[in-house]
Amino acid sequence: MVATLHIDGAAYSVKEGQNLLQACLSLGFNLPYFCWHPAMHSVGACRQCAVKQFKDEKDTRGKIIMSCMTPATEGMRISIEDPEARAFRAGVIEALMVNHPHDCPVCDEGGECHLQDMTVMTGHVCRRARVRKRTHRNQDMGPFVNHEMNRCIACYRCVRYYRELAGGRDLDVFGWHHHVYFGRQVDGPLESEFSGNLVEVCPTGVFTDKTLKGHYARKWDLQTAPSVCVHCSLGCNTIPGERYGELRRVRNRFNEEVNGYFLCDRGRYGYEYENSDLRLRHPLRLGAEGPRPIPSAEAVSYVAGLLRNGGRVLGIGSPRASLEGNFALRALVGAGRFFIGWPERERALVTTALRLLREGAIRTPCLREVREADAALALGEDVSNTAPMLAFALRQCAMQRKIKVAAAFGIAPWDSDAVRLVGQDEKSPIFIATPCGTRLDDIATRLWRAAPEEIARLGFAVAKALDPDAPEVPDLSDEAKSSARDIAAALREAERPVVVSGTGAGSPAVLEAAGAVAAALRRLGRNVQLSLVLPECNSAGAALLGGGSLAGALSEVRKGQVDTLIILENDLYRRLNAEAADALLAGVKHLMVLDHLANATTARAEVALPCATFAESEGTLVSQEGRAQRFFAVHPARGEVRESWRWLREIGMAAGQSEMAAWQTTDDLIQTLSQEPGLSGVKEAAPGREFRAAGQKIPRQPHRYSGRTAMGADVSVHEPPPPEDRDSPLAFSMEGYQGQPPAALVPRYWAPGWNSDHALNKFQGEVGGAVRGGPAGVRLIEPAADAPARYAAEIPPPFQPAEGQWLVVALHHVFGSEELSAHTPGVAQLAPRPYLGLSPEDAQRCGVGEGDPVELAVGSSVQQLPARIIPGLPRGLLGLPAGLAGVKVVELPAGGRVRSVTGGPP
Amino acid sequence: MLTESEKEEIAEEVKRAGHARAACVDALRIVQRRRGWVCDEALREVAALVDMTPAELDSVATFYSLIYRKPVGRHVILLCDSVVCWVMGHETALEHLTRRLGITLGETTADGRFTILPTACLGACDRAPAMMVDEEIHGDLTPEKIDRILEQYR
Ligand code: SF4
Ligand code: SF4
Ligand code: FES
Repeated sequence: MVATLHIDGAAYSVKEGQNLLQACLSLGFNLPYFCWHPAMHSVGACRQCAVKQFKDEKDTRGKIIMSCMTPATEGMRISIEDPEARAFRAGVIEALMVNHPHDCPVCDEGGECHLQDMTVMTGHVCRRARVRKRTHRNQDMGPFVNHEMNRCIACYRCVRYYRELAGGRDLDVFGWHHHVYFGRQVDGPLESEFSGNLVEVCPTGVFTDKTLKGHYARKWDLQTAPSVCVHCSLGCNTIPGERYGELRRVRNRFNEEVNGYFLCDRGRYGYEYENSDLRLRHPLRLGAEGPRPIPSAEAVSYVAGLLRNGGRVLGIGSPRASLEGNFALRALVGAGRFFIGWPERERALVTTALRLLREGAIRTPCLREVREADAALALGEDVSNTAPMLAFALRQCAMQRKIKVAAAFGIAPWDSDAVRLVGQDEKSPIFIATPCGTRLDDIATRLWRAAPEEIARLGFAVAKALDPDAPEVPDLSDEAKSSARDIAAALREAERPVVVSGTGAGSPAVLEAAGAVAAALRRLGRNVQLSLVLPECNSAGAALLGGGSLAGALSEVRKGQVDTLIILENDLYRRLNAEAADALLAGVKHLMVLDHLANATTARAEVALPCATFAESEGTLVSQEGRAQRFFAVHPARGEVRESWRWLREIGMAAGQSEMAAWQTTDDLIQTLSQEPGLSGVKEAAPGREFRAAGQKIPRQPHRYSGRTAMGADVSVHEPPPPEDRDSPLAFSMEGYQGQPPAALVPRYWAPGWNSDHALNKFQGEVGGAVRGGPAGVRLIEPAADAPARYAAEIPPPFQPAEGQWLVVALHHVFGSEELSAHTPGVAQLAPRPYLGLSPEDAQRCGVGEGDPVELAVGSSVQQLPARIIPGLPRGLLGLPAGLAGVKVVELPAGGRVRSVTGGPP
Repeated sequence: MLTESEKEEIAEEVKRAGHARAACVDALRIVQRRRGWVCDEALREVAALVDMTPAELDSVATFYSLIYRKPVGRHVILLCDSVVCWVMGHETALEHLTRRLGITLGETTADGRFTILPTACLGACDRAPAMMVDEEIHGDLTPEKIDRILEQYR
């Protein structure tokens, strides 16, 4: 419903019932605010957003109201410019500034501070208060967030965000009066894996990015570009910033369909691996004395020589490499000799997931749709560790129930405190079944902890309870039956239920079970969606490209069919156990590896080529939603480093593959790969290199970028021309279009008077809604409208713990399980030490205490680890941390044996 | 370490409230009644009993001026600083107390006898300026009267 609103005498159409602040901001007015946030809505705490409201045309006195707390109604008359309203707002900010230290020059927030912007906006320029300012002691909050309490204006955003949206319980507000203190009870790392958003949520310099502090640059001195997070399969949108050839930080890039206003800490802070000493910077050739740098031309011609002389070549791509890199490798070696580089089990899991989404009738939701769902079933996947922002979205899903309850009382969804008060302990039905506890358990209506097979059986039982045509689950316990009925009842009631699962449990049956629940709801005509988490940032893209698994590659090698093996951005020693990886690599005469960081695989390479990271190249990743998204180079690659596909192209051309010569730019390559089945949408992910805004390129450097002539003066006093960007419509320069580019190309948020991230308001059609000129990214997978909702065939037998035999399952860790971010110091600091998890009962039976050394044997792989006793882990299960440095690679789940090393055998 | 009887009394309170968190202030008072204040260790233990994190409970504890998170003297003087008392001579009373005891708001005398804290309204506006010592309210304060009152508390 549209309402006519009169603002300072002019009429505007706004959404009826929306709060006036949001309406005014959406109309483009500059109205200051603090406690309001588009994702956290209104509490009316700071009094900064005051406007004047008039009864009617004749009313000349009017009254001061808080715009964030007042719904827009038809015919309403307000004034932003009214002198009393202006004076009120100036007074509020003057009061807020009484205790503020005015230390902008040494404050990391300076230059992108909402408090600065709002102070200037209200015109408060002169301090009248002559009082001692209160001061606070700061806390050490761990490696990610810096704390400087004196700058606080007590807007309460931080604790509202942390408690209500992120579900954290270790950050709070203490004291009263003008002594309120926002922090932890004692010093120590913030416990929430979403803590980094405090940096953006806090409108002042209390919470700032600690990693940025380690290599500080002002916002206006950072070169930035639109990018996509590479640290899990969700593909959150980011804005990394660079100076002097080094990444300095990552900020959120708003995509209302994906991450919205927030990122997880793995995504925000994982970036420092790109500055790591492990970076490969030159082509290396392995000789008797170890690897030595060689010129690029020599590397290219050497490898090309191997290919040209009739050498039989094999390519192993990677689910963490871009579509472009994988496609180029496939083109170089030939489709039949291209393998994705994941173990067979992972290939089967990912293809199962993709099949469910492609062939079923069920749509996969974007994260916004998960946030808006009103019931959820999470089957087998610990999303809090494998896809953090999906867990974050499920927390918002839990809130939907409160919003609904409040709506029955006529309370608007933006009236945040009222919603919480009326909603009390109400939460949407959320059911979580995982092998081990998760950090989402607090929002669950009910929890199950069980072996993957049992979780799958529970899922199938839910499907059966929903739809009598679904297959019967044999030997189901009464308890499971009644659980299934409860879940089915809640899902059936819901208007927008979502089923969440993924590859994390390592069980295709779990995926099929999730598919079955969704299919059953679908057959009942419910509007159900199915979200499946995948292992890596481009797992979906890799699966869409096709190609066999490492098992296939190994069998080629065994047959003696391979002279030269080319591995793209893939450390095989993370995917296979060391013996299997050794065997594979030993079977080839020549090994060439392209990667960013030195690892066990590059160490074996006869030739290792240094390739560009996500921040130095352009490319496309396909998220678990099937959304193809383009990331752009933030800064040019230095020295010999270049995009994988460019290395591969050069090698191909030198080896006589003339068709690769046509790929002059990323666009050319994308053009070719878009002809692949299922990938035609890829070229729509972002505007191509020819795109111009008002005839100009989009500058990566802000118009206030400083020191351009000086920054290279230690090398040459002549200012070099800016590096050319052949691939994209963005420029490595300050010159270019200063207005708003299409959503997929927005390199930063800035608008006159709005230096902080809140400048985003000016980029959105409606504040809080989509960025203009969208969409950013394109969905490649949509279900066929007429596809039947089918059930999978096999239902696994019940899990029975056997004496002396355990089921080892993978336990994922947001910090430590992902390869690249683990090379970031802060992430490494928060990662767990290697361990083997046992249930308290099993530990007792084996006479094992916390930290005692135990020996785990899975097949022929034996390793010693300290025991960790995990309450809630079902009996008969052992938990082995996934992907953690210092833990041997084993394909899980798998049967295993455990032995106490100090005591006798259990 | 909380004593068994403290734990029992808190458990009673939790049962009565029907909702563990709802008993948090009472639980803190139970501890304070016995110890005079709430130390960090006790706070952490109480938090576990009322299903809160230490941060959540401390947020409540530090909000209420009558929950003491630092040791206080044997007698606590709560001096009202609300508008009526302020108009009626709160400042004179504070000056006198400060001179007499050698401490100001938020401090404790060296012999551990008195602590002075501000409070907003004792509900004794008709007898302003007023203060409360331990559980007792004293109104119409004058320097002489204050001296007499202090003598009652050893
Ligand atoms: S720390 Fe920041 S977000 Fe929190 S209340 Fe203070 S100014 Fe607001
Ligand atoms: S949820 Fe995944 S994609 Fe999003 S920021 Fe975190 S690691 Fe990156
Ligand atoms: S923004 Fe409206 S009161 Fe704070």
